[in-house]
Amino acid sequence: MSTTEQRLAAEKRQSLAKAGTDYIDDRFGSSPFLRSAMDKIFPDHWSFMVGEIAMYCFVVLIVTGVYLALFYVPSSQVIVYHGSYAPLDGQRMSEAYASVINISFHVRFGLIMRQTHPWAAVVFMAAIAFHMCRVFFTGAFRKPREVNWTIGLTLLTAVMLEGFSGYSLPDDLLSGTGLRVVYSIIESIPLIGTKLAFELWGGPFPGTSLIPRLFVLHEFLFPALLVGLLSAHLAILWRQKHTDFPGPGKTETNIRGSRFFPQYMLKGGAMLFLTAGVLLGLGGLVQINPIWLYGPYQPYNDSAASQPDWYVGWLDGSLRLFPHWEFRSFGYEIANPFFPGILIPGILFGVMYAWPIIDAKIYKDHVAHNLLDRPRDKPFRTAVGCAALTFFSVLTLASGSDVLGNDWHISYELIIEILQILVFVGPVVAFLIAYRACIQLQRTGNMIIKKPIGGIIVRGSDGAYHTLGDDHGGDHPTHAGDVPVDHRAGNGHRNSDGHGNGVAGGDVAAVPSGAAGEGTPPGGDPEG
Amino acid sequence: MTTTEGTHHLPGSDGADGDLPASLLPGSEEYLEDPRHYGIEHGAPWPDDVPHGQNDMHWRYEDDERGARRAELRVAACWSVTLLCGIGLAWVYVAGGQPQVEGGLFALGFGGLGVGFVLWARDLLPGHDVIASRGGLTHVSEESDRRLAVQSLGRGLEPMARRPFLAKMLGGVLTVFGISLLFPLASLGPAVDGQFAVTAWRRGIRAVSEDGSPVRPGDIEANGVLTVFPDTGEDPGSPAMAQSSVVLINLASAPFEVRPDRKDWHIGAVGSQSCIVGFSKICTHAGCPVSLYNWSAHELICPCHQSTFRVLEDCKPIFGPAPRNLAQLPLAVDAEGYIIARSDFNEPVGPGYWNRPIRVNPNTGAAVRYS
Ligand code: HEM
Ligand code: FES
Repeated sequence: MSTTEQRLAAEKRQSLAKAGTDYIDDRFGSSPFLRSAMDKIFPDHWSFMVGEIAMYCFVVLIVTGVYLALFYVPSSQVIVYHGSYAPLDGQRMSEAYASVINISFHVRFGLIMRQTHPWAAVVFMAAIAFHMCRVFFTGAFRKPREVNWTIGLTLLTAVMLEGFSGYSLPDDLLSGTGLRVVYSIIESIPLIGTKLAFELWGGPFPGTSLIPRLFVLHEFLFPALLVGLLSAHLAILWRQKHTDFPGPGKTETNIRGSRFFPQYMLKGGAMLFLTAGVLLGLGGLVQINPIWLYGPYQPYNDSAASQPDWYVGWLDGSLRLFPHWEFRSFGYEIANPFFPGILIPGILFGVMYAWPIIDAKIYKDHVAHNLLDRPRDKPFRTAVGCAALTFFSVLTLASGSDVLGNDWHISYELIIEILQILVFVGPVVAFLIAYRACIQLQRTGNMIIKKPIGGIIVRGSDGAYHTLGDDHGGDHPTHAGDVPVDHRAGNGHRNSDGHGNGVAGGDVAAVPSGAAGEGTPPGGDPEG
Repeated sequence: MTTTEGTHHLPGSDGADGDLPASLLPGSEEYLEDPRHYGIEHGAPWPDDVPHGQNDMHWRYEDDERGARRAELRVAACWSVTLLCGIGLAWVYVAGGQPQVEGGLFALGFGGLGVGFVLWARDLLPGHDVIASRGGLTHVSEESDRRLAVQSLGRGLEPMARRPFLAKMLGGVLTVFGISLLFPLASLGPAVDGQFAVTAWRRGIRAVSEDGSPVRPGDIEANGVLTVFPDTGEDPGSPAMAQSSVVLINLASAPFEVRPDRKDWHIGAVGSQSCIVGFSKICTHAGCPVSLYNWSAHELICPCHQSTFRVLEDCKPIFGPAPRNLAQLPLAVDAEGYIIARSDFNEPVGPGYWNRPIRVNPNTGAAVRYS
């Protein structure tokens, strides 16, 4: 192609772009927004990607879920099965269960959709859990992002409900057993428990109303809630801009990263495809939730190794470890499942919701932050987080007590007793170890904060381009040698006290406009 | 295609660079210094922490056409994989479907697409790192704007507050009326009455096994167990039967401790080769069917949370979270030799709840004792 042709082609593209933009702007006056949106800067750090992965799991869940809903029959009507799966021929089962068997064995490409869906749910929860840890340990929940922390926790709760309601839809033996336990937990709530359980189930367990009701919750109510909350979560993120780790050239009032268009958008799209690829790969290749092996739900039957999905495991474990207490007086009773099933999770979530307030009190820190903490610099918070993770881990482990007992040839009684001790001792030990490790790391290891890939290209006063704080210099046409300035910036004199205001500012000191950040008043908008 | 940098034009111009404002030319000084590219608000001074002269309109193989060509081929190779997978999937579909192959092809297809995008962005597209302004520490408004907002609020609220009676009344009315809006919710479930404590067992009703056949004491071998249901004609899996499943245990010669008030609730003499007792299968912890039996220790174990009940001591919980004994069903044998119930349970079966009676009338299900 000649230069002229290229030039003409470029002009043609631009006139098309102009026509499109004009059409929209004539109606919405949206060009300034469009421009600033495309120029929006997103920092690059692998740990920021996990929230994105969660989002893409949600996309996969919706697509596969809509497909499944086209075949699923939300009915507990009992029928006798005569379908294409011979081993169940002649068995009595609900229409719901039969329809899931039908999707698995009769609908072409049905099984992969059916298996991808729960795989996506499981990975979704893992990504959310990791994302939440990232936000916690780096202090990303601090002012001004407390509201997003709260919305995030509500998302977590809604995703757990969504996951559990979905898990229960096939009406197989495993999920039916799970529902039986949940019914008892709800029934155990003082004063209103029995009525509440009756409302949800339409009468005593198991009734015939629950499956169609669960379908409404799982297909409509919870997803609508999730979409709403997620939109708010992302809108707030967009407005407040993402946090970033401290590093050369970074201050509380600037943001370093790549532009939304094209870099971030293309990489985001890539992440969506890669997530979908992994999930569909799992869905096709790795069996999950083979309900035809569990059999249809029968209220009088269940099997050993009854376990929920991993993210509900801690609740199940909590029920297993809590002692056999039950309190009665004046003819009223607080039944056992209330404590491990409602009270303990309630307290845990209460503390989590309140954490931004607690944290601000502990650190007497009421100003806004955009630069993240390194976990080691906040030993107490880090230690609390590790203790909480240990607590949840022990509970999760407990939900497999019988399986562990079998595998390790120990009696299940002994395992439970060990875990009952561990659930108290573990968090304390984890707290102490984490606290010490933080202090130690502060003292000795000035482990350098990894900077994002790529450098900032700056034009010096001589008109030549130089790279600033570059990790892989050489890819860019830089002439760093020409200007002493960039040497300094490129070497990145690292600051061990990698948090707080203005810390990193020194590294850009050599840029013509001078040092940055140092003078920024916390909490204020310096320039208006 | 190589770079078009320096040749950008806005349509509408006659194509000559000179007609465009310099700030619209991506390579120009003005373009690079345009505050709008760095999140700097209109009219605000250039912040100290946003370097001047940044230029992110570079990419990896910008000056290396052969490298760029190779990068392009790499992207093309990735997307070719996707293309082939698409064709492969069509073929698999027509051939009848095969989950593993489908999974592999979907994974490879999406993988190729994604990796291609990453390589394209990394090697051939501009827009890598740049430092921009956040427009302040947070997006806070001017104090005067906040004051104006408060004023607007007050403009409406103040006159409202001038009639405090109406404000208070509105609060009361909305509370009462709001509660009435909850009534439709209440119809989701029936009223709670004594039903909890009632199962389908009645005096003289036969115990039938899962397939509906009545059971004689001899049908349960020594140390064997059998799950039975009241013979009401209902399917054992039906909701009406959910509270009523009972496990019959032949204790053989094991020393079952008979409670004085339950002298005739079992079948066959204790210590004889066939002594049969019946207990509710509904776990007193969280309601799972207690379906594992360790005959050597005479223990029933609940698979849900491993509550363990010692059958010989009236199914007393000896391990795990279950707080109470399993309820015992009084048994007898009818004239034809089949096992029957003497009555319903005399206590509610299953897990606890707020107003659970501890004794019920076995004939009516009515609560007898609460404490
Ligand atoms: C449905 C589940 C969720 C999705 C899809 C989601 C998605 C995201 C995404 C894509 C981001 C930006 C990228 C990142 O930092 O990873 C983000 C940021 C954030 N999320 Fe979530 N999130 C979810 C749940 C949560 C939970 C459970 C919490 C905490 C309780 C939380 C708290 C936050 C906070 C505070 C930010 C701002 C972080 C910052 O700017 O550094 N999110 N979320
Ligand atoms: S339901 Fe039986 S132990 Fe929990």
